Formats: sequence, C-alpha cells, structure tokens
Amino acid sequence: MLIMRHELLLIAITVILLIVEIFLSNTQKHKIILPAILLMAAVTVIGFIPGTPGILFGGMYQSTALSMMFKNILNIGVLIVFIQSVDWLKQPQNKEKISEFFILMLSTLIGMNYMISAGDFLMFYIGLELATIPVAALAAYERMKEKSAEAGVKLIFTSALSSGILLYGLSMIYGTTGTMYFADVAPLITGVPLQVLAFIFFFAGMAFKISLVPFHLWTADVYEGAPVNVASYLSVISKGAAVFVFTIILYTVFYKIAVMWSELLYGITILTITVGNLFAMRQQNLKRFLAFSSIAQAGFILLGMLGQSQLGMTTVIYFALVYIFSNLGAFGVVGIISNRTGKENINDYDGLYRTNPNLSLVMMLALFSLAGIPPLAGFFGKFFLFTAAAKQGYYILVLIALINTIISLYYYLLVIKAMLLNNSDQPIAKFTSDGYTRVGLLMCVAGMVIIGFASSIYEMVFNLSFGLY
Amino acid sequence: MSILTLFIIIPILTIIGILFSKSHMQVKWISVVGMSLQLLSAIALIFMYLAERRAGNMAEVLFVQDNVWYETLNIHFYLGVDGVSVAMIGLTALVVFAGIFASWDIVDLPREFFTSLILLAAGVFGFFISLDLFTMFLFYELAVIPMYLLIGIWGSGPRHYSAMKLTLMLMGGSAFILLGIIGIYFNSAPGGGQLTFDLIKISKQTIPLNVQLFLFPFLFAGFGVLGAMFPFHTWSPDGHASAPTAVSMLHAGVLMKLGGYGCYRVAVFLLPEAAHQLGWIFLILATIGVIYGALGAIWQKDLKYINAYSSVSHCALVLFAILMFNQTAMNGAIMQMISHGIMTALFFALIGMIYGRTHTRFINEMGGLMKVMPFLGVAYVIAGLASLGLPGFSGFVAEMTIFVGSFQNADTFHRVATIIAASSIVVTAVYVLRVVGTLLLGKIKNEHFENLPDAKWYDKVSVITLIFGITFIGMAPLWLSDMITGGLGPIMHKLLAAAPILN
Repeated sequence: MLIMRHELLLIAITVILLIVEIFLSNTQKHKIILPAILLMAAVTVIGFIPGTPGILFGGMYQSTALSMMFKNILNIGVLIVFIQSVDWLKQPQNKEKISEFFILMLSTLIGMNYMISAGDFLMFYIGLELATIPVAALAAYERMKEKSAEAGVKLIFTSALSSGILLYGLSMIYGTTGTMYFADVAPLITGVPLQVLAFIFFFAGMAFKISLVPFHLWTADVYEGAPVNVASYLSVISKGAAVFVFTIILYTVFYKIAVMWSELLYGITILTITVGNLFAMRQQNLKRFLAFSSIAQAGFILLGMLGQSQLGMTTVIYFALVYIFSNLGAFGVVGIISNRTGKENINDYDGLYRTNPNLSLVMMLALFSLAGIPPLAGFFGKFFLFTAAAKQGYYILVLIALINTIISLYYYLLVIKAMLLNNSDQPIAKFTSDGYTRVGLLMCVAGMVIIGFASSIYEMVFNLSFGLY
Repeated sequence: MSILTLFIIIPILTIIGILFSKSHMQVKWISVVGMSLQLLSAIALIFMYLAERRAGNMAEVLFVQDNVWYETLNIHFYLGVDGVSVAMIGLTALVVFAGIFASWDIVDLPREFFTSLILLAAGVFGFFISLDLFTMFLFYELAVIPMYLLIGIWGSGPRHYSAMKLTLMLMGGSAFILLGIIGIYFNSAPGGGQLTFDLIKISKQTIPLNVQLFLFPFLFAGFGVLGAMFPFHTWSPDGHASAPTAVSMLHAGVLMKLGGYGCYRVAVFLLPEAAHQLGWIFLILATIGVIYGALGAIWQKDLKYINAYSSVSHCALVLFAILMFNQTAMNGAIMQMISHGIMTALFFALIGMIYGRTHTRFINEMGGLMKVMPFLGVAYVIAGLASLGLPGFSGFVAEMTIFVGSFQNADTFHRVATIIAASSIVVTAVYVLRVVGTLLLGKIKNEHFENLPDAKWYDKVSVITLIFGITFIGMAPLWLSDMITGGLGPIMHKLLAAAPILN
C-alpha cells in the first residue's frame, strides 16, 4: 500500500473534494478553495517522507526513489498552480465551476503519477490518457469564450491523434517482442525494421505531448486560448512529466538502439530550439510568446537526454525542476495581469515597472532564469545540460544551442525592455494582488534563487539517477 | 575565511542596504559606504599581498579559499589571487569608488541604478578572484547583464538600440566562452583522473593539441568580444556613447578589462600550444584594432565616441601585447589594462560632467571651457596627456613596456606589427590634442556657457581619486610592475615550455 502512497493520497483528496462539493450550493463554491489548497499542500509535504521503493501488480507499477522524487516535484508545481489560480477562479464567470477545476487538475496529476511509475507500456498508456483528457476539459474551462472552447477541441483532437499513433507504435512493439513489460521488452529490442518503425511512432506520440518541432503546431493556439493557469499547467507539469517518462523509457527500454535515437534526437533538438526561438521572437501575445519559448526550452531538455548517462538523466530532471519554477513565475505574472486588466500583449506591459514594480521584478527574474542568466537557477540548469551533451562529444550541437540561447535572450529582453525601459501614456494601472498570488509568486522566486545555489538538490538527483542507463 | 570573500560579501550587503533604504540620499550614502569599504579592502589586500611576498611566500596563488560546490561535477567555489589579479582588483575598486561619486546626480530610480551598478561591480570582483572556471564564468555573465538595464533605463541617445546590441554581442561572446570552458573541462585530465574546473590544476596539465586548436579560437574570440577586439568592437562605441557616466566609466575602465584578463588567464594560460600556433591571426586583428580605433577617434565629433574609439585602440593594444608571448610585453599588457582603466574612467567622468553642464557632447559646439571650468579643464588635460603617453603618467609606463617587449620578437612579422601599432601613438596625440584644443582653449562659442559652474565636491572626489591613480602609477611604476611580474611566472613558464625556440 505504501508503495503507491502518492497516488492513493491524491485519489483520497480528490474523493474528499468531490464529496465536499456535493454539499456546497452554487453560491458557496468558493469555500472549497482553501481546503483544496491545504489538502494539496499536505499531500506535497507527506510525499517528502521517504518511502520504500517497490513493485506492484507483477511489475506493471514500479516505484523507485527517483520516480517518487519526481512526483514530489510535480506536486510542488501543481500546488503553485493551485495557489496562482485563486484570483482567476474567484472571478464571477468561474464561480460555479471552482471545484471542477481542482478535481480535473488532480485527476490529471494522478494520471501523470501512474505514467511515471509505469513498469509496462499498458500502464504507461492508461496514465498518459488520464493525464491528457481532463486537460482538454480544463482548456475549454471558460467555455463561453470562443477561443477557450477552440483550445479544448484542438487539444483533444491533437492528443487523440498522437495517442493513436503512440498506441500503434506500442502494438508493434508488442508484436515484435510479445510482451509489454519494460524489463522484458528491453533485451528484445534488436533494431529490426518493424521495431524501428514502432519506435518512430512512439517517438512521434511523445513528441506531440512534449511539443517538439515538427509536432508543435497545436501548442501556441492552445496556450493562447486556454486560461492562463491551464496553459501554465500544460507547459510545465504536463511537459515535465512527459519528458521524465520519455527519458526513462529511452534509457531503460530502447537503450539498445541508442545510436539510432540519438541521431534522431540530434536533428529534432536543433529543429525544436531554432524553430521555437525564431517564432517566439515574432509573438506579441504573451501566452503565445511563452508557448514558443516553452517549445524552445523543451528542445534544450533534449540536450540532456542526448547525454545518455547518469549525468544526462540528472540534468533532465534538474532542468525540469528549474523550469517549473521559472515558467510558473512568468505565467503567474501574465495570469494576474490578464485577470485584472485583460491585457496580454507585450506592448501593454510598457512602463509596468513604474506602476507595479514587484510584479515586473518577478517577471524579470523569471525571464532571466529562463534565459539562463546567473545567479538564477536557469543558468545552472542550462550549464549542466550543455555539459551533459558535451560529454558525449556533441560540441557542434552545444554550439548551436548556445547561439540559440542568445536568440532567446533577445526576445526575453524584449519583454524586459517593455516593462523597464519603455514609457507609456497608458500603463497598466497600479493594483495590489491578493495574498494567494503573492505566495505563489514568492514560491517561484524562492525556487529560482535557491535551487542554483543549493548544490545538494543536484547531488540528490544525481545519486537517485544511479544505474538507470 | 579569506579576505577575498569580503569582495563578494560587501557588495551583497550594500545591495541589501540599498533595498531597505528609504530616501534618495540614503541610497547614495549606503553605496558610498559600501564601496569605500571595498576600496579599503582592496588597498588592504595589496598591502597584505606585498607583505606575504616579502615574507617569502612564493605560492602561485595566495589567500586561497576552496569550498566544494557541486561535488559530482567537481565544481568548486575557489578563490585566490596572484599579482595580476590583485592589481586588477585595485583598479576595479578605484573605478567603482569614483563611479559612485560620478553618478551623484542620478534622479530617476536611484535605488535601481545603484543596485545594478554594484551588482555589476560584484560580478567584476568575483571574476578577478575566481580560480574555478565555472564560478569565473558565472561572475562574468553577472557583470554583463546589468549593463542592459543601466544603459537602457538611464542612458541617452539611441539607448534601447545600444543596450540591446551591447548585451547580445557580449552574451554571444560568453556563449563562445562557455563552449571553450566545457571543452577544457572534459579534457582537464588527459592522463585519467577526475575532471576539474580548477584553473591552477588544469594549467599543470597539457591539453591535447587538436582540442586546443579547436577551443582556442572560441575562447580568445569570446573574451575578445568584451575586450573590443576588431571586428567585434562595434558594440563599444554605441554602448559607451549611450551609457550614463558611471556606466561608461565602469564599462570602459573595468568591464572591458575582463576581456583582456580572460584572454590572458584562460585562453593563453590554459591553451599555450594553440596560442602559439593561432596567435598570429589574432595578432593581425589586434594590430588592425589598434590603428583602426585611433583613426576612428580622429573622425568623431562626439566626445564619448572619440573616447570609445580610443578605448578600442588601447584595449586592442592589450591583446596585442598578450599575443607577443614574452614577459616584458605581458607585463606591459597588464599595466596597460590598469593604466587605461583609470585613465578612460577619468575621461568618461569628465565628459559626463561637461555634458551635464553644457548639454552637448559635440566638440564643435564648445570652446574655451578652460576659462569657465578650470578644474575640469585641467583634469581633462591631464587625462589627455596620460592617454597620449606622456612620461610621468601611467600611460607612458604601460606603452613603453609593451613596445619594448614586442620589439624583442625579432622576426619580420612581429616587427612589422609592432611598428604599425607603435605608429598609433602619433595618431593618439593628434586626436587628444585636437580635442583639448577645440574643447578647452580658444574663445567661448556659446554665451550660455559663460556662467557654467565648475566641479561640485562630489565631482572633485571622483576626479581627484582617478588622477591620483594615474600619477601614482606613472611616478612609481616599479612596485606595480614587480607585483605583476611575480604573477606572470606560471604563464611564462607554460608559454616557454610550449615553444622553446622563442625568446
């Protein structure tokens, strides 16, 4: 029982919230916010108690120290998303649907947890679907807004397509090996053509989820249409979980054809970083901007995957952790400003520092962290990614990625320029954000500042990643 | 805890103090107190260093502090100084101290201004005291990024453009450096053993030649961007012209020295064989830079542009001297960095003060300022004379050493390069005297200028500090050059081992 602690706790609080919800009338729905956040915080804290790794259901479910740690990371991320969403949830048009938001979020998180702990492809697939479908409902949360509904439909269609492709790939793997268990599949991967095709399908399916170029086309539209907090959830939590599982499967199941997939990843990495960056430069809407920036960031994570070693695994997880705090910080600021003023364009941010210095400061730190500027955590994350890739001798790739960091610095500076350098006749008026938003943003800033200096976090991840590759 | 930690702790405490300060005046005084402490610790460091050496402590680096940071990757927080870095720290402390007073009349967002300025200073100090490539790079980037805000918010002219251009070009340089550093890291233990970022340990190894040849251009060009190496110097005139006074001072005075110091400390020190083989390419670029910068300065009409191009010329001379690979020239390179650092800071401070009074920087529109503001006028003449290398000022000592050193290379290529570079002295005299003539002498062209005030007390503090620096080095260069020579031992040893034929 204790092996499945994370999932069971999440299921428990989901059920509690469902039951509480029954007793709340439509005007009282906001009363669920505080209990939901407190419960989530409790789960996050309990998650950190060291648990015993183990295997359940004959190997379908496996819990390792590493997966438990990544679940904790996701819990923290979700907690921040919850806290940041409060201001938006309290708006009149959302008042009747507050509990749905929490319940749907929690069910996707449960899906992700199962996906992370999967020991065979079937469990992995079920987790993946559970993690995806509720997000489509969340994207269409503001259903009276055309764009939000559109985002929901787009997300469900593209993820259905990608799941189909993925499933097709998985069936081929089953066809060639006769088993679905990771441990049994791995030695039977010999690189016969059908397996290569299967791998390509599997890769394409995952690339959709992580939004790698050329499977990224849905990203910007969905992020733009979906509510900011859902977009931030998509870009951070969903992507983080998918990256983690993808890396695990590449390292533990497909390690025999590493020569093949590293070449594939090499190309995709260059494409993803470059295309993501070039498109991000031209965006005006901040949600689209962050969407393309998150595509580029995903490309950087691939550098770590190419590391193909304990070091590679560590940097992937470490960067995901850093990325969660940085990106949530940026999305948090965009979210609160969008709630209060409805403004989402870069131009609207002109002169923001003069009216809302604290928010601009958080935004600046978040963007600098994303751009990899010291002493923020993003710098350390990027440095380790480059180190991991260079260890395998990919110097040219590292150089291309480095040039791309300069491009990304350019567009991050555009936002900073708007906030700090530009003056405006009609700047966003001064407003005071509520306590929840402040706590949420403060957590992000703390993460961005502390994670880099606290080398013990990195060392811990490194030790847990032992023996994976 | 070694004294070097102070150089990081004091700026951090100052910044915290500034964040909690309530008024404009408090911000300024906290900055003054913080940076005075920094200057005092720098002076103390110089004396302590000299005392240690006199006591016979011949360790390669002194005041070492070594803490493990990232154990897996063997990243250390490793501080230590030799003669060269002590000299650079002294320079930085002096310029930063003068810079605080030069920006006394900042009105817009003073808290943010001084925070960024001190953050920049912290980055520079950190860079000079680090002996671990990782932390060195961290501080390097930390020093570059506040420039964007400093120029973009408080600058003048096309400040947005200049700030963006400068930041992107310098960060582009740092991308090259990062590649070089990672490359060195993975080849830091060619004989097996633990990989390391430790500069001293790596210098004891010989990195394979093919790796050196691959990495050297990246590292040298990467640091060269910040050292305003031709053709990567284009950020410098725009950046300097748009920056506010104190930022120009710090940038030309200190930040550009990071480039020269990095070329010397990382590129040439760690990759000596490649430096010997590929140095000629960069030597050609540096020679072009020397003469091009000087000629560029002749044509400019804007005071800041004149000085920016003159900085390009002088900084190229630093790289030129480093690439001569002999002790005298190398010594001259470091002297030139320090001399130019103080001198150009003085120039920019004076330009800022003149501009603050006349509201123009075009020399044609000014004239006879010596009568109106004698203090600033005399200071400008002193800076100019130091710039053209008049004996008695630091510029003479530095340039003399460089050319004596570079002339020791007897082959035709080096001789020709030396002659071309040396001819820049004449060009320098032309543009310096031209400015002094049109700006300070003659009759007053604009009647509004007749009642302009001379320097305020804070202007005087800034100017006198810097003039003291250049004359002191000019009059008593030996202690400085001895200190530097002491630090040059290891690098000369490596260079000689790499190419025993030379010298």
